[in-house]
Amino acid sequence: MIDMLRHPWHWSIAGILIGLTVPILYVIGNKPFGISSSFRHVCAACIPSGAAYFSYNWRHEIWNLFFIAGIIIGGYIGATALKNPEPIKIEASTQQQLQNSGVTDFGQLVPTDIFSWQGLMTERGFILIVVGGFLVGFGTRYAGGCTSGHSITGLSNLQLSSLVATICFMAGGFLMTWLILPIILKL
Amino acid sequence: MKNINEEEGANHQKTGESFIANLKYVLVGVFFGIVFVKAEIISWFRIQEMFRLTSFHMYGVIGTAVVVATLSTLLMKKFKVKTLQGEEVIYSVRPLDKGNVIGGLLFGLGWAMTGACPGPLYGLVGSGFPVFLAAIASAIAGTYAYGLLRDKLPH
Repeated sequence: MIDMLRHPWHWSIAGILIGLTVPILYVIGNKPFGISSSFRHVCAACIPSGAAYFSYNWRHEIWNLFFIAGIIIGGYIGATALKNPEPIKIEASTQQQLQNSGVTDFGQLVPTDIFSWQGLMTERGFILIVVGGFLVGFGTRYAGGCTSGHSITGLSNLQLSSLVATICFMAGGFLMTWLILPIILKL
Repeated sequence: MKNINEEEGANHQKTGESFIANLKYVLVGVFFGIVFVKAEIISWFRIQEMFRLTSFHMYGVIGTAVVVATLSTLLMKKFKVKTLQGEEVIYSVRPLDKGNVIGGLLFGLGWAMTGACPGPLYGLVGSGFPVFLAAIASAIAGTYAYGLLRDKLPH
């Protein structure tokens, strides 16, 4: 059993479990599933600001910070007790394209030649981590949600805004992957 | 102080929750974080495969999640399922605006760079890639910048 849990899980299992998070959060606490709001709550809680956008009762939203604390712990368990004993399997043509762009580490969940403290000090690492992170924070708040809040919760509530947002998430991702990323990776 | 707006993914529960009561969200998060790692959703490579259309994996994960969440939500609405505290569940609707398009595109660019949306950023920190703390700090800075510029941006 534990051996089965250690190997990478099938997409259908993951999809079902993630999908069930939506009704679970509704039922246990009247909460709409979403994660990117956590960035806003951190701003509201920690950074004194006159901006109206951060002047609200963040304590009422504290559940979201408990939730992300859980995700960090879950990530730890998944990578230790349930660690996959084998290196990650990457689709061959994707690996080839990335190799041509100068990515060298293909053994772990992320290429550590870019996503590590040393990688952060390189030009491409800094751009991907810091600029990428900034765009994630700025973009999700501007769009009103991320993959969880819009693409899962919003779509499940049949919202037009979430459909538009999801299409734009994908469009932005394709644009970056095909046109801009190859240039950044070569830096 | 006022609560966050309805449509912005707010907590709708009227009953207050103690520290202990909030621990149940830690549990849901743990479960969620394990799924993230084990289905390799937090992998930069899986996101690259998704945007390069070379693997069905991420489409399968998100597609299945949407179907399961939609069916559950429809059933909950049909049978008027209440929360454990006996409250009526509130399904807030976010109105369509230009932010969905502009913000959506900007987030999409960032998603393909970090290889992670907000949930996986946290999952990566837990699974032994602490450099993603820098990405989270930057995402918080991005959110803060949005909050300051909000009135000047088209919506």
